[in-house]
Amino acid sequence: MSAREVTVMGCRGAAPGRASGPAVVSSDAICFYLVDPPTGKVIEPGHAIEGRPIGGSVLVCPGGKGSSVVQADGLYQLSKAGTAPAAIVVEEFDTVLVATAVIMGVPLVRCAPQDFVRIRDGDVLEVDSDEEAVTIR
Amino acid sequence: MKLTAQDAEMLEGAHGAGTALAMEVLVAIGRAFDAEQMCDITRAHVALSNQDADIWFAERLVAGGAVCKVPPTVNPGFCLEFFRHVPGLTSEDMSTMERTEAAYRALGAQLTYSCTPYLQGNVPYFGEVTAYSESSATPYMNSVYGARTNRESAQSALCAAVTGRVPVYGLLLEENRKGQVHVHVEPTLSDEFEYHLLGYAVPRITGIQTAFIPVFTGISAMTPEAHMNLGAELNTGGNVPMYHVVGLTPEAPTLEAAFHGDPPGDGFVVTAKDLDEQREMLSAAAGPIEFALLGCPHLSLDQLRAIAARIGGRHFKAEFWVQTSFRDKELAERMGVAQVIEQAGGHLVPDTCIDQVAWKHLFGKKGVTDSLKGAYYAKRRDMDFVLRSVGDCVEAAVKGEA
Repeated sequence: MSAREVTVMGCRGAAPGRASGPAVVSSDAICFYLVDPPTGKVIEPGHAIEGRPIGGSVLVCPGGKGSSVVQADGLYQLSKAGTAPAAIVVEEFDTVLVATAVIMGVPLVRCAPQDFVRIRDGDVLEVDSDEEAVTIR
Repeated sequence: MKLTAQDAEMLEGAHGAGTALAMEVLVAIGRAFDAEQMCDITRAHVALSNQDADIWFAERLVAGGAVCKVPPTVNPGFCLEFFRHVPGLTSEDMSTMERTEAAYRALGAQLTYSCTPYLQGNVPYFGEVTAYSESSATPYMNSVYGARTNRESAQSALCAAVTGRVPVYGLLLEENRKGQVHVHVEPTLSDEFEYHLLGYAVPRITGIQTAFIPVFTGISAMTPEAHMNLGAELNTGGNVPMYHVVGLTPEAPTLEAAFHGDPPGDGFVVTAKDLDEQREMLSAAAGPIEFALLGCPHLSLDQLRAIAARIGGRHFKAEFWVQTSFRDKELAERMGVAQVIEQAGGHLVPDTCIDQVAWKHLFGKKGVTDSLKGAYYAKRRDMDFVLRSVGDCVEAAVKGEA
């Protein structure tokens, strides 16, 4: 087994905290309302990661989308069901996603574009919003 | 971010735990967006939703003694009085809405229960700094009035209402209100329904996933309802806190002004075929329908008048439900418009949103609506919709077939 290089990247922290998990990389923005709480699977038709579970993962996506109401309730239901992502890494913040992550206590960070593209699906990621670091293992 | 002495007092709990929690959320947002300071707001609109997270957070603020410094208008949940007489709702469903109402009453909110506050009751002047959540409300404030708000979440807008403050970033700053993507609309849009299609199609056609400010050309006139539909759908298909329509909206007298003097770039063209395709992508197949459910966003008085005129003395075969504001319902009753719709077998429903448990008796059934947004969110409740203009929804409900 070949040792993989550990990469540490800077990031901007929004919602505080630290967490780690396998990266689930989506090329589409996320709307938590269209994630099924019991399974944690994305149920939005045609979504880049439709059918994949995001519970316990570090969700890596361009950003958030959807009506201002639904992100919060979507993530709340996932948290209650234990299928919320452990942390979220985005390319761009939006107010709705930041407020939702702060209130629900899910660490949320933003990576610079050149760092964002280095993250591969399945990488084990450590996200530390307080120290503003994302580590790829 | 620099806090004033009063901001710091609020954050440290001198105004109670609820206000401190609200300030904590606003400070986190300010840090995320590199805001240098906070400023006062004069208006707010909260996208109340009567959903678990909404009640949970509002009750947390109430428990901490928070009362809104700027009483916000609020979105619809469902109308308790109206739905007491509609079958299917449990006492648990009713008590959820009662809890929502109690929490927002305690917070000192204006209990307007309308998703179109910008049409009545919470109307800004040009340049006013505000905090508006709700997908059609944010772009309407920025684009149509030239007031300033970021794309608030229900919770961040409520935090702003509680504290009377917002971090200064994003669309509160002149330089960030610059148009970014030129979108030329080729067909002449004649029905407000086409703005539903246009709004949903633009994020898909441009392929832009993150927040952006489109600049539309090719549109020579728009009704308030056209703006309402456009904004609602731009924020369902994507993330658009503001747009410009050259020659129509106040910060876009010319293409150059909309782009703050920058070159507009190549841009995109939306064709009639694009709009047809958008409807095909999201509409259920044509055929028999059991109900029509309109009013996402709430239909205006003009739209109610158009429905009454279209009915022309006929009767609905399918159930016909129209969501509107309590003010427009009251006006429609005074004018005899409501009676025409009711005599045909239809219902005007105040204070209510399509994405509510109140519509339980329609779950699992196929209906017709004009709203792509409504159809998109109702998927979770297993409602299937054929998409048609408001006029064609009336025809479909009369025939029982869309």
